[in-house]
Amino acid sequence: MRDQKLWTWHLAAGAIILFLLGLHMAIMHLDALLGIFNPAGGHPIDWANVVARGQSLAFTVTYILLLGAALFHGLYGLRNILFELDPAPPLKKALSWVLILVGVGLFIFGTWAAWVGHQVASLT
Amino acid sequence: MEKDRRHPNRLGIWGWVGGGSWGPDRYLYTLHRITGLGLLAYFLVHVVVTSSRALGEGAWEASMARVSGPLFVLGEYLVFVAFAFHAINGLRLFFAELGWGIGKPIEPIYPYRTCLDDQRPWALGALLLIAVLVVVGALDFFVWH
Repeated sequence: MRDQKLWTWHLAAGAIILFLLGLHMAIMHLDALLGIFNPAGGHPIDWANVVARGQSLAFTVTYILLLGAALFHGLYGLRNILFELDPAPPLKKALSWVLILVGVGLFIFGTWAAWVGHQVASLT
Repeated sequence: MEKDRRHPNRLGIWGWVGGGSWGPDRYLYTLHRITGLGLLAYFLVHVVVTSSRALGEGAWEASMARVSGPLFVLGEYLVFVAFAFHAINGLRLFFAELGWGIGKPIEPIYPYRTCLDDQRPWALGALLLIAVLVVVGALDFFVWH
């Protein structure tokens, strides 16, 4: 039952990622074709463009949502692959805890970076 | 004597590519896993690298300078290709998981009509869309810039 719920969340996270990462990829890597959300022109990673996107609260919120969805989807997928190798039960438990700690740690760090980045951009 | 914990039919990583006469879906499955692991590895580093924008323009520019150059452009393109494959094939798997477009269950008699008539066209359509994205991505990465 628990695994069924986690799998359902895995699929839901995949749907969120498909939309948000698709948008992120289009902004960052199809810029010559689409040129969206790069108001300063030039390259999408130029500081002026980073600031322009960072000033938007909507962008900041979607960064955090994408971060959470991608960490869960990726680390749960990795857990499934590792569990298929049939490790001993204590190792399964240890792996789960390591992945939870990595996920929660990176989520807190990434959320801090997105929020402070939003404040830095707003002051620029 | 230690009890054998292994389950039958569990081939481990070897089973991704070998251990039987696999059809095309098995190789899509293998590629889905390889691209997923690659994207996860990139993403974990990406979170750390891009967090430098929280420290201001100087830190951002220094951070971006460390990951620039032709090799990184090629690497980013491979990430784009992995994303295109994982996203589109993942969408196909999402529909299959929900039972959409995979045909009615019938007795599995060779040549497996539901597989050939209902599921294979989805796989071919997905591959076609991935190919288009890979080409457009290559143009954007290497030609239009």
